[in-house]
Parts: sequence; C-alpha cells; structure tokens
Amino acid sequence: MEICKLTACQTAEMIRKRELGVEEVTKAYLDRVEKLDTSLDSFVTVCNEEAMDSARRVQKRIDSGEAVSKAAGLPIALKDNICTMGVKTTCASRMLGDFNPPYDATVSKKLKAADTVLLGKLNMDEFAMGGSTESSYFKITKNPWDLERVPGGSSGGSAAAVAADFTTFALGSDTGGSIRQPSSFCGVVGLKPTYGAVSRYGLVAFASSLDQIGPITKDVADCALAMNLITGHDCMDSTSADIKYPDYLEFLKNDIKGMKIGIPKEYLGQGLNSEVKEAILNSLKQLEGMGAVCEEVSLPLTEYAIPAYYLISSAEASSNLARYDGVKYGYRAEKYTDLLDMYKQTRDEGFGDEVKRRIILGTYALSSGYYDAYYKKALQVRTLIQNDFNKVFKDYDLIVGPTAPTTAYKIGEKSKDPIQMYLGDIFTVSANIAGLPGISLPCAKDSKNLPIGIQFIGKAFDEGSLIRAAYTFEQNTKLDMEPAGLSTLI
Amino acid sequence: MDYEVVIGLEVHAELATRSKIYCSCTTEFGGEPNTHCCPICTGMPGVLPVLNKKVVEYAVKAGLATNCNIASFSKQDRKNYFYPDLPKAFQTSQYDLPLCFGGAIEIDVNGVKKSIGLTRIHIEEDAGKLIHDAWADGTLVDYNRCGVPLIEIVSEPDLRSADEVKAYFEKLKSILEYIEVSDCKMQEGSLRADVNLSVRKRGQREFGTRTEMKNLNSIKAIVRAVEAETKRQIEELEYGGTIIQETRRWDDNKGESYAMRSKEEAHDYRYFPEPDLLPIVVGEEWLSQIKAEIPELPDQRKSRYVEKFELPEYDAAVLTSSKIIADYFEAAAAVNSNVKAISNWIMGDLMRAINEKEIEFSNIPVAPEDLAGLIGLIDKGTITGKAAKKVFDIMFETGKKPMDVVKEEGLEAVNDEAAILLAVKEAISNNPKSVEDYKAGKKQAIGFLVGQIMKATKGKAQPQTVNELLVKELEK
Repeated sequence: MEICKLTACQTAEMIRKRELGVEEVTKAYLDRVEKLDTSLDSFVTVCNEEAMDSARRVQKRIDSGEAVSKAAGLPIALKDNICTMGVKTTCASRMLGDFNPPYDATVSKKLKAADTVLLGKLNMDEFAMGGSTESSYFKITKNPWDLERVPGGSSGGSAAAVAADFTTFALGSDTGGSIRQPSSFCGVVGLKPTYGAVSRYGLVAFASSLDQIGPITKDVADCALAMNLITGHDCMDSTSADIKYPDYLEFLKNDIKGMKIGIPKEYLGQGLNSEVKEAILNSLKQLEGMGAVCEEVSLPLTEYAIPAYYLISSAEASSNLARYDGVKYGYRAEKYTDLLDMYKQTRDEGFGDEVKRRIILGTYALSSGYYDAYYKKALQVRTLIQNDFNKVFKDYDLIVGPTAPTTAYKIGEKSKDPIQMYLGDIFTVSANIAGLPGISLPCAKDSKNLPIGIQFIGKAFDEGSLIRAAYTFEQNTKLDMEPAGLSTLI
Repeated sequence: MDYEVVIGLEVHAELATRSKIYCSCTTEFGGEPNTHCCPICTGMPGVLPVLNKKVVEYAVKAGLATNCNIASFSKQDRKNYFYPDLPKAFQTSQYDLPLCFGGAIEIDVNGVKKSIGLTRIHIEEDAGKLIHDAWADGTLVDYNRCGVPLIEIVSEPDLRSADEVKAYFEKLKSILEYIEVSDCKMQEGSLRADVNLSVRKRGQREFGTRTEMKNLNSIKAIVRAVEAETKRQIEELEYGGTIIQETRRWDDNKGESYAMRSKEEAHDYRYFPEPDLLPIVVGEEWLSQIKAEIPELPDQRKSRYVEKFELPEYDAAVLTSSKIIADYFEAAAAVNSNVKAISNWIMGDLMRAINEKEIEFSNIPVAPEDLAGLIGLIDKGTITGKAAKKVFDIMFETGKKPMDVVKEEGLEAVNDEAAILLAVKEAISNNPKSVEDYKAGKKQAIGFLVGQIMKATKGKAQPQTVNELLVKELEK
C-alpha cells in the first residue's frame, strides 16, 4: 500500500483505527514532496520540522483517547495567500517574500483545531492574479500530467500538489476560477463555495467581493470532508453568512434521478476547444444515463462576464494592494530619495507585471470621470448576471458546462498575451460574479492524455447538490487519473 | 467695496466608544506608540473589518440631536490615498449614502437667532500620527489613533462671520457633550474643524471661489483663521487678484495661512463601496431605542432654567452652554434655592478663578454643594458678601468646606452693635468733610463712610447694621 495514494477519507479512517500513524503518514508525504517537488515546484514553503512536531502532538491526542475530528492527522497544504501564524505567507510575491503573519486565517485556525498537520504553503500566481501560476515571483509550477505544461492558476500549486499526491488535500482560493480551472487542468476535484460560506479572514485579499477559499481534493468524498472543516459563520468576517451549514458528507449519494440540470448554450459556443466540447457533450449523455434531466438553457449575458469581472476585480485589487507601500512590513526598496520615491521604487520592484497591469486597470476604472462608465457599469452588469442565474435556477437544480475552454497549455504559450489568458476564465467567472458555488471534477482526457474538467454550478449555499451530482458522476465514470508526467519521474 | 464672507464648517469629532471602529483595540488617548493596535487597525494582509455597532448608535444620536434625517440604509466606502499614517492606504468612510443628512441647529449671536443647516453626518476612521523627532533618523509613525471612530459633521455654507462660526462650533460641541458621544477634548485632537471660506460682494448671488483650511484644533484658532482668511481674500480681490481654489494650512503661531495644494493637485480619492462591509441598516426598532436614549439638549435645558428657575435668558444660556457647567449648577441648586446667587457665583467668581488658574471645569476643587453652602452662609448672615469672596478664594485654593474656612480665618460677620457703633463714631470723627457733605444734602457721601467702617472691621461687619447705625449717628 502506498500511503500517499490513499484519499483523505481513507487515510483519516486508518489513522482513527490506528492502522496508520500520523507521523508515518506525515513522513511519507514529506518524503514524497522532497523527492519529487524539485521537478514540480508546487511548494513555496515546506514545514518539515513543524509538520513532524504537530504530527507527534496529534498522535498523542489520538493515543490518549481524546475526541478528535474526522480529519485528525491528515497532512494538508495551503495556498500561500492563506495566512499561517509563524509560517511565511508570500502570495508568491517579492512584496511579501519574507512576510510572517502574526495571526492565523480563520481556515488555518479551523484546520489546526481539527488536528490536521500543515505540510507547507503552495505556489500560486502572484497575489492570485493569473490562470497559469506563471506569475509567481519564485517559481513556475509544472503540471503533473505533462511537465512542460502549466497547472492552471491561480491555485496551480494547490492543484498540482493534490494531483501529485503531495498532500491529502489542499486549500485554494477562487476569485474568477482559480480553484476550478487548475483543478480541471490537473485532473482533481475543486470546489468554490458560495460567497460567504467560508470565512475570508486571513485570506490575503485580491478582490474582496469575489474571493472565496475552497478545497482541492483527490475525489468528491474528500471534498465533502474538507467542506465540513472550513465552512461556517465567522464573526471576524462581516460578509460571512450566519446560517446553518449542513454535514456535506451526507450528500455523498450515488443518485441524481430526476435532478434537473441546465446546459447554457453560451457555454458550448465559440472559443471552446472541440475535444473539450465533445467530452462535455458525452458527459451530458452520461448524466442523463444516471437519471438526470438535462436541458438547454440560456445565460445571455455570459459574454459580458469577463469584462465586468476584470473591472470589478481589478478595481478592488487596486485598493486592496495599495497597503503594500514599504512602510510597515514586506519589501521596501533599498534606494530612494523621499517618501514618494520610496513608494514608487518599492512598488515597482516588489510587484510583478501582471499585478501592476491589474492595479493600473483598476485605478483607471475607479478614477473620477471614468467611474460611471467602467466600475459602475460593471456593477450593473453584475446585478443582471445574478438575475440571469436566478431565472435559470427557478426551473433547474444545477447548471453544467466545461470548467475551462481548453486543457492545460504549454508554459509560456499564453503568458505574453493577457487577453488570451483572461478569456480562459469565461466559464468560471460568472459563478464568482453571482456569488454561486461551483465544482470542477475530471470527466475525460483529451488526445494528449490531459484531463478535462466538467463544472457544476449550483444555487447559493446549495453545495450539497453539487457534491451529490459530482459524486454520482464520479462513481459512474471511473477514470484512470494517474498523472502521466509524474510517473516519468518515479 | 462691501464684502460678505460665506463659511461652511466640517467638524471631526472622535467618538467616545471604548473600542475602535473595526477592531477591539482601545480608543484611549496616549499610550506608548503602537501599543493600542492590532493586525486589523494596522491593515495587515488578509485582515477584515467588523463594524462596531456603538459607532452607528453614537453617530445616529448625533444626527438626532442635530435634527438630521437618519438613513435607514447607508453604506461605507473606501477613500483611497497613500500616506504613511494610513496603513491600508484607504480610509473607510461614507461617500454618497451617509448615515445622517439634512439637519440644522440654532445659534444665537448677540441675541440674533439663526438656523445653520447640516448637510450630513457620516462615520469614518481616524488615521495614525507621524512623529518627526529631531533625534531620529527619518520619520516614525504611531498607529494608536488608527481606527478610532470619527463622525464628520458637514454644515451648509450658512455661516457669515467669525462670530457665527464660533457660536455654531460651540453649540455643536455642547450638543455632542450633552449626548455624551464625544469627549470633545480639543487639546487631544478629539474635536477639530476644517473651514471652507469664500467672499463675495454683498448682494452677489453666486458664491466666490473657496479655500479650505484643515485641522484647526482650538476655537481661538478657528476664529483667527476665519478672520485672517476673510481679510486675505478681500485684499486679494481688492488688488485685482483672484482666489485660487486650494487647501491651506493655518499656522496659529504666526497667524497666517499657507497654500498646501491646489485643486489640480487635489487627490482623486477613487471612492468605491467597501466590499468587506455590509450596508448599514437602521430599522425602526433600533432607531426608537436610540431616540429614547437622547437626553435633554442644551436648548431644552435653557428653556427649563428660564421657566423653572426663573433665571434671566442670559444666565440660562451661559449655564447651559456646557453640560458640565449646567450639571454643576443643578447640583448646587439642589441644596440651595437661591438659584440667581448660584448663577452669579458660577458666572462670576468661579469662571474668573478657572480662567486665572487655567484649569478645566471638570477639575475645579470646589464641589457644587460647597458653593451652595457658601451662599447659604451669606444668606444667613453668618458671613458678609465681602468675606465670602475671600472664603471662596481659599476654598478654590484648598478644596476646604466653607464653614471650616470661615472658622479658621475668623471671618464670621460682626453683628455686635457696640463694636460697630465704635467704628461708626470713629469714621465720623475722622472724616468731617464727608459728614459735612452728607449734611449739605449729598447723600452719596455715606458710601465713603461705610467703606471706612468696613475697612476698620475688616469686612466682617454686617452692612445692614452699619448702615442703620451710621444714618442714626449722622442724623443726630
């Protein structure tokens, strides 16, 4: 038995039954990371000693018969924009290259309280801006299926690490598709929860009204397990929803008979790679075979989602990232003449191109004289897009479609063309704009043996239906999801 | 040429909540630098604000007390600009939907009453403080004040003179003190004003170009700044110049203002709705709860003093101008019904002593009950009015009880007719000229003689007895 090939649920159960020791599991994962991540570059920080220390502590608690969570002893890893007290949180930026937060994000706290073991922090696009993890200041993460290809982004480190069995599961963040698209590229399961379902406290903000933390896991059952750990109201986050959160494991039912699923015709149109389209159409047939009712619907404003998204997210980012000025923490330029020059030099040297591009775009969109034409209009589009979804969800339980228009592309292929990169978010941004939950899971592989993701979008706070549909789909479409690129390294 | 000055005030008041607006740090003034702050108020990566409910309550109170409408739905916005005292690089404030709007308060300048409109009151957070220490290499920053809640009270351009500005500001300060939402300590910066000022030829309908002077932190500075800027603008125009729309810094030591930045250089704050905070909803129930907590306001208290205590309008206005003075008056009035005497003592000797000693009203050593007791001693004839002044000065110096001072200093009034008669006779024999004058019909000459007698008895003789005996002796 290979420990790292087990799912999170399997591992947790064996730990509880004392068939596996927490230190043994932790050691197995750390060894695998050490051996293979030099080729993959998915981790920014690996917490070797801290992880073994906390593994020992957790094992002791289990041995002493204390009540522990269903995830006790699971080695996990976090995207490097989720604050971890005492462990560097860099956002893959030079700006925060040495930033050691004196506080934990709420999710970090929750995972600690659930006796999980933090293996380390995962690579990402700088400040979560990008779709390929190429904009990281530190390293370019490779796709475990093909080391010449990107893992997607911005949670590319998280998706690659899960696909490579470097962790039982990981957390990512999703502002416009940053959990779902890399999950699709790496052949794993990624869920972006409803806005407000997971506390954002301690998630370094990119676009506050769109950001959401969510799990990236080996399968759908693990996704449900992780959701149980991280959802819930948090008084530290004013936008966190104060509702009753269900036990997501209860939705692991192999049954979608009678479920009404809408396929927006706009999600199968222009720009969609033909192999991906074929895979999605085939998946629809499979879903029907499982008893779902699939019908074509329309989300007519889909084409406006991208421009609205880039205006809103960049506007918020321009304000959220203004605090990185060299005054208080993080990077400060060495040479400057006065205060203004210190700001300029610090921000010029501390931020990469993509971040600067968004700050400039967002600053422009909020400027006096342009606000109404750009930012305000984008907010109006946002409301209309929400209305579109509400209309469809009157008659349908779920919306289905591709996660991304293509499979993983080559490193460098799109990084010189921001527009091409931005268009890759076409099927994912709408869920963020409308605040809705979305899940991506593998549905097929293309002719290059690269995974293709299918996406379900649900009603607000109805992650249960997403998990049920995804679980049913997964159980009835057994795919061989062994990353080919990684096996060349072993 | 006759000019009219047009002034609007933006007043910032720090709210007296225990904790800051978006975190649980203390709002206490002072403290070692950077000890009253946390990751939230210093804007560390990933932190989020949570609005302190008390801030909304206090701001709504201020709105209700100034006759504002209270928005049932308002929101908070980010005002973006770079400065080292602003750790998030944006100030969370309110832009187009403030909590309170459309109010007015009444001022009284030399008996002329006028209503001054309030455009709006909104909530926002204070910034930190830069410290330019001579011995330090560079500038240091203290974030203790960062996130202390403020309300900004914006007036309409309804003010027409420095006197009106003073009256408005004092009235506003008094209201805020009455409702106890701000301690209004100007020397600690918890109350400060920006002055927007323009001049125009009398009769002209359009406003002139205005300038703004920021962060004036004493009433004296506000008045001086208004007077100097009015003069500067009029002179500029008289000499054929034009007024430039700009922000100016007032230097109260030099009594001059300097241009800081022009309209072209003004910041584009790029306001947008704060996505980390939910809209503020003030429902009927909450609003009526807050309404119920509004205490008696200065104007209401003034009317009560005129009606219940039958004090002159002037006395009532002075006493109620500050809550702490009015409370003092009422505490004294509770033990002595001679309210006019209490009023006179407060407005006279007490105020004089406070000014001389330069102390805060809150720190005066004479308890209101003791002032009432002192007046009681005069009323009973235990001491003379003249001796009372001396007793008061000692009380103010030492905090002692009036009767203790009277005994220690031997200031009881002398009502011994034989002793007084002796002094009367002595005064008559020593001042034949005055006696002659009196007998020749100059009745006022008696005043001089009384003065001599009081001097001889060290002010302790009962004036009434002195008068009676003196007249009797002179008429002999």
